[in-house]
Amino acid sequence: MTTIVTVRLTDPGEGLTEAEITDLKVAVGDTVAINQMICEVETAKSAVELPSHVGGTVVAVHVAVGDEVEVGAALIDIDTDGGAPEPDPSAREAAAEVAPAPVEATEEQPAAPKQDDEPKNLVGYGSRPAAARRRRRHTAQESDEQQVPLDRVLAKPPVRKLARDLGIALADVLATGPGGTVTREDVMAAQQRAISGTSAAPAPAGEYFPDESPQAPADLGASMKSTRDQAFPGVTSDERTTRVPIRSVRKRTAEAMVSSAFTAPHVTVFNEIDMTATMDLVARLKASREWKDVHVSPLAVVAKALLVAIRRNPEVNASWDEEAQEIVYKHFVNLGIAAATPRGLIVPNIKDAHLLTLRELAEAISDLARTARAGRTPLGATREGTITITNFGVFGIDSGTPILNPGESVILGMGAVKEKPWIVDGQIVPRKVAQLALSFDHRLIDGALGSELLRDVSQVLEHPEMGLVWG
Amino acid sequence: MSVFRTTIPAPPQDEPMVQLLAPDGTRTPHDELDPVLAHLTGEDLRGFYRDMVMIRAADLEATALQRQGQLGLWASALGQEGAQIGIGHASRPQDYFVPTYREHGVAWARGIEPMTLLEMFRGISHCGWDPHELRTHPYMIVLGAQTPHAVGYAMGIQRDGAVGTGDVETDTAVLALFGDGTSSEGEVSESFTFAASFQAPVVFYTQNNQWAISVPTSVQSRVPLAQRSRGWGIPSVRVDGNDVLACLAVGRIALDAARAGEGPRFIEALTYRMAAHTTSDDPTRYRPRAEEEEWAAKDPIARLRLHLAQSDEIDEAFTTACDEEGHELAMRLHHHIHAMPDPDPRELFEHVYAEPHPLVAEERAAYDDYLAQFEDEAQDQEGVR
Repeated sequence: MTTIVTVRLTDPGEGLTEAEITDLKVAVGDTVAINQMICEVETAKSAVELPSHVGGTVVAVHVAVGDEVEVGAALIDIDTDGGAPEPDPSAREAAAEVAPAPVEATEEQPAAPKQDDEPKNLVGYGSRPAAARRRRRHTAQESDEQQVPLDRVLAKPPVRKLARDLGIALADVLATGPGGTVTREDVMAAQQRAISGTSAAPAPAGEYFPDESPQAPADLGASMKSTRDQAFPGVTSDERTTRVPIRSVRKRTAEAMVSSAFTAPHVTVFNEIDMTATMDLVARLKASREWKDVHVSPLAVVAKALLVAIRRNPEVNASWDEEAQEIVYKHFVNLGIAAATPRGLIVPNIKDAHLLTLRELAEAISDLARTARAGRTPLGATREGTITITNFGVFGIDSGTPILNPGESVILGMGAVKEKPWIVDGQIVPRKVAQLALSFDHRLIDGALGSELLRDVSQVLEHPEMGLVWG
Repeated sequence: MSVFRTTIPAPPQDEPMVQLLAPDGTRTPHDELDPVLAHLTGEDLRGFYRDMVMIRAADLEATALQRQGQLGLWASALGQEGAQIGIGHASRPQDYFVPTYREHGVAWARGIEPMTLLEMFRGISHCGWDPHELRTHPYMIVLGAQTPHAVGYAMGIQRDGAVGTGDVETDTAVLALFGDGTSSEGEVSESFTFAASFQAPVVFYTQNNQWAISVPTSVQSRVPLAQRSRGWGIPSVRVDGNDVLACLAVGRIALDAARAGEGPRFIEALTYRMAAHTTSDDPTRYRPRAEEEEWAAKDPIARLRLHLAQSDEIDEAFTTACDEEGHELAMRLHHHIHAMPDPDPRELFEHVYAEPHPLVAEERAAYDDYLAQFEDEAQDQEGVR
């Protein structure tokens, strides 16, 4: 009789959900003891060796080096009957270097080079994350002098994810990061090369930098210094750059932008409009007693104009459900307002904005901006948006090509309102002019529909009374 | 010379450090400390060695258990066994200890089962031992809280008249345990003030393991930590924290002084956190490898083993037996934790009040309703198991 126990990936930190397999230390047929290290994983936080909780014979390996694995996923199966005895203390003492004599994990995936020059460790250093990381760093240093081993590309998990999202094979990417690691920029450069049709083939062995990479001088590999040994990371040793880990809002922004930019084919249409009537309306509202407690801005009127235009073109308020192969038309508008906060860009939305009066909209926008600037935007406020406005006009900019908030199909960009010469009834007169830019997902919105939406928005802003007619 | 004076006499490393056992095991005689240790037998010394081996085995097993998903977190005390076993054995049973969350060796010496520590890190108990019976406060996660509690307790002992009576069974001292990072907390300074003003029977014991997560002690203090308390008029010493005998000796002298009514003492035990801050930390991101190697050569266990071997107090059979016993302890912890059922979540509501309480009853009832939603699911899962 056999008893098969599955060893699963546990949360190796606090609240982590996934990890990447960076080294496998056992193969089918191997005998493992309790607490013997079976693999090395890297998470967003650290590199960690994982000890088996049972002893026995490995009967299946479910993962390969390079796999990104969810917490709870099966790593290996162990037959615990007639298997290995419990480890004897002396083996345990030197766990870091003895046990994991790197086993050929699978034929395609040779294990990492063995580090013979590890210092003699003290009792039980094996189960510490440091042991893993130390070996790993050593590998990186070695590759400064040699070539990056093609079978073991070094890159941080977010970079791996980016490469996977973009369909770029990491092995094909020219690595310029510290210790021969592939950086985000390297992946983007590879993407550029792929788009422009330049070869992105792997560098031939012995040639670290292929000829067609002008951005990388030939001696870059040698001059690259790892900053890992410095007590305080950040500024690099030559003090010419500062390296900041990508995380938090920056990380989420980047992921959202990459996923949006590379899944939804964007089209942007522009229109320059006369905002004079809208600005007059804003001035009148500001002056009125009824509105004295409300911060009324042109943005509130633009929001109202967009809502009116959506009412006339409801097909734009939709999203693309790739998995279900369906287009989801929304009967409500959760209007996102992109906000620059001290922590970065966030897009909270006003729930059911289509039900709000202009005054309620103005109040909601100023509330939302205040909350966002204070860094107190609740997570729920950024979810389930249906359409977004981004006001780059506040930076004095005329126009731009906004990227869709993921899951949405339209984003309206509002430029700065400036006095410009304008022709009215054959006369050149100064008017308050602004550009609108509307990006849409061309999978579900055709050019005609997108243009109609922008034209309707423009109409309401140029002639606010149209809001009365259509609203 | 400026009218401004500083207590910084020299670089921090120039603060003299009391050491009895050199890293190579050589025993240095010491006029003041030797008499304190004179009664120790070979049996006692072998006991200290066994203690350190056992607690290290438990510590390593706990780290493995965290990696196996059995503990939420583990704060390793690897490398600090000498400082902890030394001070643990310096006390008398009536002394009261106020620990942080990284005092596994101290807990061992106070008679606390390692399993109870693991249960806390598994998140199923707040404190598995009786703090009054074992005279050891629950592990305190909040750093800085140790010293005001300890000083307050010591002032209470003064009011009970259990200081300076000359009766060894009666006189009591309090030991406040904290680390170098905690020494930067305001509470520690306030505690120094109160302890000095009231001449409370408290010993402050800092294990300076040199890293407050990723911040080195050199960033936190311009002077050696041992010098800090002198500004309050609290006598202090820096001791080699990887030297179990020196820690034991200075601990005894300090606790004796406190019990005798001579006021507080401060001990800086200079040691090294060999492992990560916790299982969530990766020290290779901020700590030079050369430093780790330097301290690996000063290991407290290896040091005592060398010393005992030189004086023929131990042989290989003994060290092997210790290793095996440590391994048995580790496997006991391993199997016990892996077999441990999840507690009933309703236990959360126990121990809030000694008597029934209407608000707790109401919240418990609401929670019962909430849990009832999952009963079907739970039964399904039972079936799968």
